[in-house]
Amino acid sequence: MLSPVPEPLVRFVNVRKSYDGTVDAVRALNLEVARSEFLTLLGPSGSGKTTTLTMLAGFERPTEGRIFVDGEDITDVPVEKRGIGMVFQNYALFPNMTVAENIAFPLRVRGVSRGEMASRVTRALSMVRLEGFGDRRPQQLSGGQQQRVAVARALVFEPRLILLDEPLGALDRQLREQMQYELKHLHQRLDITMVYVTHDQVEAMTMSDRVAVFSSGALRQVDEPRRLYEAPASLFVARFLGESNALPATVRRHDGGSCVAALASGEMVTALMPAPCAPGSPVHLVVRPEKILLGKAAQGSPNRFAARIAEVTFLGDQTRLRLVAFGADDFIVKLANTAGQDSFTPGTEIDIGWQAEDCRALSE
Amino acid sequence: MPSQSDARTEWRPRHGAYWLIILPALAMLVLLYLVPLADVLVTSVTDPKPGLDNYMLVFTSTSVQKALLTTLRIAALTTLIALLLGYVVAYAMRAAGSRRQRLMLFCVLLPFWISVLVRSFAWIALLGSRGPVNAGLMAWGLIDEPLPLVRNETGVLIGMVHVMLPYAVLTLYANMRGIDVRLVAAARSLGASRFQAFRMVFLPLTRPGLIGAGTLVFILSLGFYVTPALLGGGKVLMIAEYVAVQINDTLRWGLGTMLAATLMLSVLAALWALSRILDVKRLFGA
Repeated sequence: MLSPVPEPLVRFVNVRKSYDGTVDAVRALNLEVARSEFLTLLGPSGSGKTTTLTMLAGFERPTEGRIFVDGEDITDVPVEKRGIGMVFQNYALFPNMTVAENIAFPLRVRGVSRGEMASRVTRALSMVRLEGFGDRRPQQLSGGQQQRVAVARALVFEPRLILLDEPLGALDRQLREQMQYELKHLHQRLDITMVYVTHDQVEAMTMSDRVAVFSSGALRQVDEPRRLYEAPASLFVARFLGESNALPATVRRHDGGSCVAALASGEMVTALMPAPCAPGSPVHLVVRPEKILLGKAAQGSPNRFAARIAEVTFLGDQTRLRLVAFGADDFIVKLANTAGQDSFTPGTEIDIGWQAEDCRALSE
Repeated sequence: MPSQSDARTEWRPRHGAYWLIILPALAMLVLLYLVPLADVLVTSVTDPKPGLDNYMLVFTSTSVQKALLTTLRIAALTTLIALLLGYVVAYAMRAAGSRRQRLMLFCVLLPFWISVLVRSFAWIALLGSRGPVNAGLMAWGLIDEPLPLVRNETGVLIGMVHVMLPYAVLTLYANMRGIDVRLVAAARSLGASRFQAFRMVFLPLTRPGLIGAGTLVFILSLGFYVTPALLGGGKVLMIAEYVAVQINDTLRWGLGTMLAATLMLSVLAALWALSRILDVKRLFGA
């Protein structure tokens, strides 16, 4: 018996977007957003994440391909008919209206009755903890409060989907962290689908069920935050999410999911290889700084090498070492600040090592 | 930071130096503008005999009242038409790409380079009963008789709107440029049609621009002299021309200066009233 496969809420099918006809802002995009999911589009500026969002919102039309929401092809549906709530980077609150009038706006244009409008606005205000702020002007509120009004305004008409375009970019760090959790909890409580755009990887990791990583117009990988970090499929993803040591190497032999590769400085390294490459192909061996074993701990590992400490930085919760190894001086090791830790002195020789499963051979 | 403000005081030139630089301009302004202006005000209450008799004419003389009403009506109509046309042009300019925007701005500013006198005679030639406009309309068979487009109030309005349009466009354009386009996009994404987004978001935000442009055009229109004199064909008497007649022809200086003073005081009163609702300085880019 076939189990019913849930239809994804949003589907991008072979979407390409070019503004000038020569460069693709987004290309060959196939992406699905599940119902009730919090999906983040992550990437540096110009990577296509915002273009993807504006196409879903309806401000831009794909050059090729179709976009489906709820099984319906919305590629040619105008913005105002899509029923998608959007929160803008600079909030885009209407300065000529009060907070309550701002939130009532989507209801007003839909011809909702006065009585129902009032009760839904009150409910939306309490949802974002802004009871009693209805009569203020947006300009009288703090950045965080304005952001919450923008969220309430996008929620109040019960859209099938909410899009958020770097909504926390203008806030200071502390408020941003607080708002991240607030949005996350709102998402859980309301069971609504959210598509979020950011260039901040920590923000993406904090809030998302899944993260879609973009670079120069292409979707590189979509996965849960932990999988993206632990099992990046490309060097770009590995470098973009968190810190990593990337050692250029050449594949010598591979079998199944693992390989042996030779570093430029001659050492042989055993590593996982998610996408098989023929012997002789250039790859980067990527290993996270916190996965490195030092001194005696390194002895049992299959990859064990000599190094010298170049610099020690104490960061409170962790210590960061910069090592001279493999003919370079930028090998980073991070050690959690746990009890009974050795102290390190620059200039000391030290053994380093890592498990084969903590190291991945990736191509660009 | 104290050190910074210290540095500023240290480098600031003595006030005396500034005064010396602006002195010629100031002296010219006082001697050639403020003194005659005071003279106008004094004459208006002393000629032909001391008292407010001249000002009473506003309430008693039908010819004065007629000139005042004509002036107000034409200024109001000019303002209305210039705002409507100017709004469309400013809106189109804001929506255009930067290259086309510059071209449009150039076209808006172009009339400033041509004297009002030349423009008025050009309109007379264009709009006259044998002018190209009437000739064209008759050739197409749209009309049988030439339309009376000039030497009447219609002609005055056409000429004045033409002169005032750049002021309306520039003031509105400055205001519209300050409006965040994303607000309209936000309105659309929240379910508003193009028209709803315009009416509920964009239009209210251009209110300061409309008030500013309206005031500017209205005030400038009140004092028009050349255009109504030429395009009105002597039939449309506005205050400025009325004043000129009193000063040059009938030599009733008391009446002439009274009307000039009344005009000036009304403009100042209008500006003061406006300053209660709007930041006038910012509106006119001061």
